[in-house]
Amino acid sequence: MKTRRNAELGLLAFAMVLVAIYGATVEANQFGEIRMTFWVPAALLSILFLGLHVVVRYTAPYADPVLIPAVALINGLGVGFLRRLDLARAIAAKQPEPGIFAGTGGRQLAWTLGALILAAILLLVVRDHKVVSRYAYTLGLVGIVLVMIPAVLPSSLSEVNGAKLWIRLGAFSIQPGEFAKLALVSFFAYYLVRKREVLSLASRRVLGIDFPRGRDLGPVVTVWLLSLLVLVFEKDLGTALLYFGLFVVTLYVATERASWLIIGLVLFFGGVYVAYLLGASVGGPFANFYDRAQVWLDPFATANYDRVGGSYQLVQGLLAMGTGGLFGSGPGAGSPGFVPEVRTDFIFAGLGEELGLFGLSALLIVYLLIVERGLRAALAVRDSFGKLVAGGLAFTLGLQVFVILGGITGLIPLTGQTTPFLSAGGSSLMANWLLIAMLLRISNAARGPAAAGASDRPAGGPKKAPTQLHGAMTEVIKP
Amino acid sequence: MNAPLRRASVVILVLFALLFANLNWVQAYKADDYRTSGLNRRVVVAQYERPRGVIEVDGQGVAENKATDDTLKYLRVYPKKQEYAPVLGYRPVSLAATGIENSENDFLSGESDKLFADRVKDMFTGNNTGGGNVLLTLNTKAQDTAYDEMIHNERGAKRGAAVAIDPRTGAIQAMVSMPSFDPNPLASHDEKAAGAAYEKLLKDKSQPLLNRATQETLPPGSTFKTIISAAALESGYSTSTEIPAGRSYTQSGAVIHNAEDEVCPSDQVTLKEALTESCNTGFAQLGVKLGREKVMDTAKAFGFEDDKLTVGNLDGGGLPVAASHTGAIANPDGSADLGALAQSSIGQRDVRMTPVQGALIAATVANGGKQMRPYLVQKLLSPDRRTIYTADPKVLRDPINSQVADGLKEMMFSVVENGTGKRAQNRGLDIGGKTGTADNAEGADPHGWFIGFAFNSKGEAVSAACVMLENVSGGHASAEAARIAGKIMAAAAGQEGD
Repeated sequence: MKTRRNAELGLLAFAMVLVAIYGATVEANQFGEIRMTFWVPAALLSILFLGLHVVVRYTAPYADPVLIPAVALINGLGVGFLRRLDLARAIAAKQPEPGIFAGTGGRQLAWTLGALILAAILLLVVRDHKVVSRYAYTLGLVGIVLVMIPAVLPSSLSEVNGAKLWIRLGAFSIQPGEFAKLALVSFFAYYLVRKREVLSLASRRVLGIDFPRGRDLGPVVTVWLLSLLVLVFEKDLGTALLYFGLFVVTLYVATERASWLIIGLVLFFGGVYVAYLLGASVGGPFANFYDRAQVWLDPFATANYDRVGGSYQLVQGLLAMGTGGLFGSGPGAGSPGFVPEVRTDFIFAGLGEELGLFGLSALLIVYLLIVERGLRAALAVRDSFGKLVAGGLAFTLGLQVFVILGGITGLIPLTGQTTPFLSAGGSSLMANWLLIAMLLRISNAARGPAAAGASDRPAGGPKKAPTQLHGAMTEVIKP
Repeated sequence: MNAPLRRASVVILVLFALLFANLNWVQAYKADDYRTSGLNRRVVVAQYERPRGVIEVDGQGVAENKATDDTLKYLRVYPKKQEYAPVLGYRPVSLAATGIENSENDFLSGESDKLFADRVKDMFTGNNTGGGNVLLTLNTKAQDTAYDEMIHNERGAKRGAAVAIDPRTGAIQAMVSMPSFDPNPLASHDEKAAGAAYEKLLKDKSQPLLNRATQETLPPGSTFKTIISAAALESGYSTSTEIPAGRSYTQSGAVIHNAEDEVCPSDQVTLKEALTESCNTGFAQLGVKLGREKVMDTAKAFGFEDDKLTVGNLDGGGLPVAASHTGAIANPDGSADLGALAQSSIGQRDVRMTPVQGALIAATVANGGKQMRPYLVQKLLSPDRRTIYTADPKVLRDPINSQVADGLKEMMFSVVENGTGKRAQNRGLDIGGKTGTADNAEGADPHGWFIGFAFNSKGEAVSAACVMLENVSGGHASAEAARIAGKIMAAAAGQEGD
């Protein structure tokens, strides 16, 4: 089995050249000249990614070679675009150009460093992904707590742009939901590996589809209720969809029962529809969701556009992308300043004006590549826990990209999700790089020789993981 | 577990395909809509990238630009504020433009085909030369006089309008609407403040945003007798033809009195005497005798019922002028309502007229029966002040022949010399005209009108004017209108005597 590490290095170099070209084009359009220092941000990023590459070389030599370069490209473009916004702002205010680590772009560069260090630590500490299953219940509890914190905090400490997804501490704010994803996927995977036999075998056949027994529905209904509570109290459909989607998919993958998908979809969309109706009639906690649905149905209606918290953001994002057209105005030549929240939620719309349909399509393909590579690792890995974790994480990433990009392009109601690896913000960047590190770890197990399991490595030492998943088989024998 | 994983990957593929399809919708199919959308700020900023053309009157800028530091590089300023606002309109950042700013927008912004060569030149030189300049026909002296006299009128009337036209060409010499507004706050780059200023003006009960000269139609009162006189002269009457008059006249239940008992109490007066004294009973009977068709046709020949007229550029576009109306003057079964005809003949009942229409009647008489198309845009100049367009006066209508015009002129001179319009007299000018006092709502003060023309010592028709003051208190509402009209015409003729 080849390690393909040199292929990774080559792809990474290619991605960094693209990032450098992007930076040069931005300078040409913003300053009218390309300065001698245009390559500095790209070079700094290259050093950071090279560091991770080296770590992977030693700790996960058989890992998928496409993941790091693909993510690095998106991450690098994100840093470049944020820096481009800083430059434009400095020029407009007649201020000196911000330093390499100043401004949003500089902070994003620093966050990238932090995220890569976290990813490297994960790769160094977790030598076998099955070790994670030992802490599954802890992780599950942590995940639920992380999800609930913004909901129970007062709005002043947790609400940004109408969505209660944050913990705000002065100038510093984190989005705990980003990390909750990782913890919850690990917990679901562990729980379902233990319960999959019960959930998939004990069933009643209705209309040719196997439906589970009523009492086995308990956990599913619990998570469903939790998601709806998120929808109502955190005022965010996207987050609810994300948690529920990742649970239903891991459930489906674990049990191989399509009935779970049907039950899940019916429950979710039924719940959303009821929330919509309640928003229209009762209002209260459902009003926010109802408003967002109205905005989605007709963003250009004057009543929606002029309303505070109405469709202004969505419309300005659409106009930016429409102005970009097929080819875009070119990096640095557009007016992303007119797009609200262009550094976070609407970064894709800001990029769309300058990169055009072709640029955005290329970005979509890179995202698709990352997700499909993750799913491929899930297919190839030999243990159930690994399959569920990799599948769940990859699917969640894909779903998140769909939810935010679908939101800003008007395909589905807009929700306050970050665009993975692009949006300004440390939480999202660190959580998603941890996700990638986990996928790297699992793909290493999937692609490496069978003997390369962590249990054979001396480094595993005291944390020696069981070859058999912790407690899995004993449980399923019980009725 | 691999089969469901494969299906999950297909689901992801489908979701991404949906995203891709939707991106095509946004960035390809709807791209042009979005690029040019009124909500797209890029459109606005692009418009402010180069200085807008200047609107000038007698070599003086009345709509200019000031360079700014914000993203919109030029601020539109109107140094004359209220005086020119009804003509110029305003050009706000996000609201709709009005007036000449609106009708000449293509040229002022530089997007006009007439400036295509300049734009091509810009492409090679990299300059951002401004839009084209618009020179108006307005005469600063006439406009200043009109504005000052209107807002300081001796009767304290708060609303009204004044228009002066060169009868020979149709060039507008003055156009004032009262009350007016300051267009500068509306052009502010602070769009919230601009919107608030607009809302405030919109809610103002005195309707400052309404151009009363072009858009308001009111009962013209006795000024409409010029139309009846024209109809009579065309039907074979002469200025000395005797027509029945008297203290009162009743037709189909409508009772017509004269303004005062001294006016035409005798049974017969000449047509000229009737107009000079503004004899209501005489003109009511004359209108009934001439018949509904003749009255309506003559009014229409002078421009009534025309809802297409614009005052601006002779090639098209400008301030829209509301249609003046005679009303149907008909019974429900369609036959002529003679009572209504008697009342309509003295400019009451359903007859409505704009001040522009009033000025056009006087101008037509002064110009020997040829009605010139009124216009405001004298010249269009390129950014480097090459002349791109010069107004070439056009005949709009030919309502009366020169004999009829001469007869009307003689009668209208008599009005100012001996009759109700004496206050319009000005030294050095031969002024003719017709007053009008129009009753409107029950208990409200009447509107005062004057339409007239002025000939200089060389016998040239130098100006025709219409002044309308709404709800004038203190009686003889038209006398103040006549005085102001005389002043405006004197200023337009370059003779500021008293």
